[in-house]
Amino acid sequence: MAPAEAPPILVAIDNLTKSYRRGAQIITVLQHVCLNIRAGEFLALMGPSGSGKTTLLNLIAGIDHPDEGTLRIAGVDISRLSESELAIWRHRNVGFIFQFYNLVPVLTALENVELPLLLSELPRRERRAHAELALQLVGISDRKDHYPRQLSGGQQQRVAIARAIVTDPVIIAADEPTGDLDKVSAQEVLDLLTRLNQELGKTIIMVTHDPRAAERASRLQHLDKGVLNACAVDG
Amino acid sequence: MFKLILRNSLRHRLRTALTILGMAIAILSFGLLRTVVDAWYAGVEGAAADRLVTRNAISLIFRLPLAYLNKIKAIPGIKRVAYGYWFGGVYIDEKNFFPQFAVELHNYLDIYTEFKIPPEQRQALLKERNACVAGRKLAQRFGWRLGDIITLRGTIFPGNWELVLRAIYEGAEETTDETRFFFHWDYVNETLVKNTPAVANQVGWFISQVEDIERAPLIAGQIDDTFRNSLAETLTESEKAFQMGFVSMTKAIVMAIQVVSYVVIAIILIVLANTMAMTARERQEEHAVLKTLGFQGRHLVALIAGESVAIALMGGIVGLIAIFPAAHYFRTALGNYFRVFTVSDETLLTCLVIALIVGLLSAIFPAWRAARLSIAEGLRRIG
Repeated sequence: MAPAEAPPILVAIDNLTKSYRRGAQIITVLQHVCLNIRAGEFLALMGPSGSGKTTLLNLIAGIDHPDEGTLRIAGVDISRLSESELAIWRHRNVGFIFQFYNLVPVLTALENVELPLLLSELPRRERRAHAELALQLVGISDRKDHYPRQLSGGQQQRVAIARAIVTDPVIIAADEPTGDLDKVSAQEVLDLLTRLNQELGKTIIMVTHDPRAAERASRLQHLDKGVLNACAVDG
Repeated sequence: MFKLILRNSLRHRLRTALTILGMAIAILSFGLLRTVVDAWYAGVEGAAADRLVTRNAISLIFRLPLAYLNKIKAIPGIKRVAYGYWFGGVYIDEKNFFPQFAVELHNYLDIYTEFKIPPEQRQALLKERNACVAGRKLAQRFGWRLGDIITLRGTIFPGNWELVLRAIYEGAEETTDETRFFFHWDYVNETLVKNTPAVANQVGWFISQVEDIERAPLIAGQIDDTFRNSLAETLTESEKAFQMGFVSMTKAIVMAIQVVSYVVIAIILIVLANTMAMTARERQEEHAVLKTLGFQGRHLVALIAGESVAIALMGGIVGLIAIFPAAHYFRTALGNYFRVFTVSDETLLTCLVIALIVGLLSAIFPAWRAARLSIAEGLRRIG
């Protein structure tokens, strides 16, 4: 039997450098980072605080620009895109999960999930149907009319995950998705992410401090002072 | 998006309610002040284009000889001529002020067709030498009825003048002055001929109705040419220019009112701009999240501007609703000073447009900041 063909490389990062200016001081957060991520991978990025893992995640998610290097996602060099092109690209390709859920407090769970679809040309009825399906997938459709303040942390994070997947993105970027949750809720969220990866084949890049969360990933990368532990091109 | 704008605007209910209240008060004040200015100009607006006023060229306080009447009538293009003067008497007490004119009533009423008098009242008015006619609002103010004796204490023309109310006129238009009081010039002049003949047979002004409006400036020039180099040279101008002359005397007050009305708007603009800046600053993280989801600068501009305009318009509409009872109160309380106090459609529209502009201007700075917000910078505030 011939070995199964490896999935294609979805994220190709080459020699990526990023620094920030704080007053007169320039702080280099990422130094010559190289990393390839295959489609369908569940990658955990770990490292101490200030190691640059969130910055790397932000660059991959297209919410920040690198200073140097190239960042190709599904063949598109996103480091060359303008702000508005990048916004459109993000909307179509990335679902972002935040540590503190960041739901809009004046919108219900369903409306929060529907929010990214407002940028699409879908009619209202279809938007609603997509949003309801996403809520069903994360198992919280019974709370669709609740406002964020009426939901627990774990429930809010589920809604945030539904919001991240509603546009059917290529990549799910999660920045410490269990960082603000109790043990049980954290497990539920991790189960959900694992399901999204294994059953729906979503590529997930997760920043975490939690080794138990990292265990769920199919691959682990450590960052330290802006340098990836291995700059070898993965497979 | 519209739902989000509305829900956002109601997020801090107390803050929004206070801002709406402030906006409502500002628009109410602006609308009332504009109406005061309009009321100031009501006489000018009510002036007819076919009427010319001839007065002494030196000043209105100097009179003209009645003998000018026939010479003016003889000028081609003049249809009718009436004359009269300001009487300036006191009715019971000085605080009961109202405009009183002794005029040649027959032609005057034919020229001022906007004063509607029932035929039988008009007949009685013209027949009786000491008869008088009052506007509807004036009669209402003092509770006068037809047949009442109205005694005026003369200030310019000394003595007590007993007049019988024989007619009450109504205005043809809503803006027609219904607070005027007229009686026969002859009645005053007869007394003057007896007691002070030196000031008898004189008039304050002639009012001429021309046949062709286009020729009114030419006729005005002809009237003045007729009396050039006489002892009492004349100045003839359109009724509008004549009325404008009165308004010009109080131009500084009108300007002050206008300035105050715009200052009120400037203040609410600052208040709303501050509210919106504060609101946008509080939602910086949320804006960063929206941008992460794919929202662009223009979407955030629409959200912030929409919220600002929604608050401004809500305040504007509340202010406009309040303007009608407030104007009614003004009309009742200050009816003696402002013969017409009606909120015009133009004022209402201006108020709405100003509310819209205030909403848009208030959003400029916060919207600009939100549009330029770096997502990474905004998200860093969260963690």
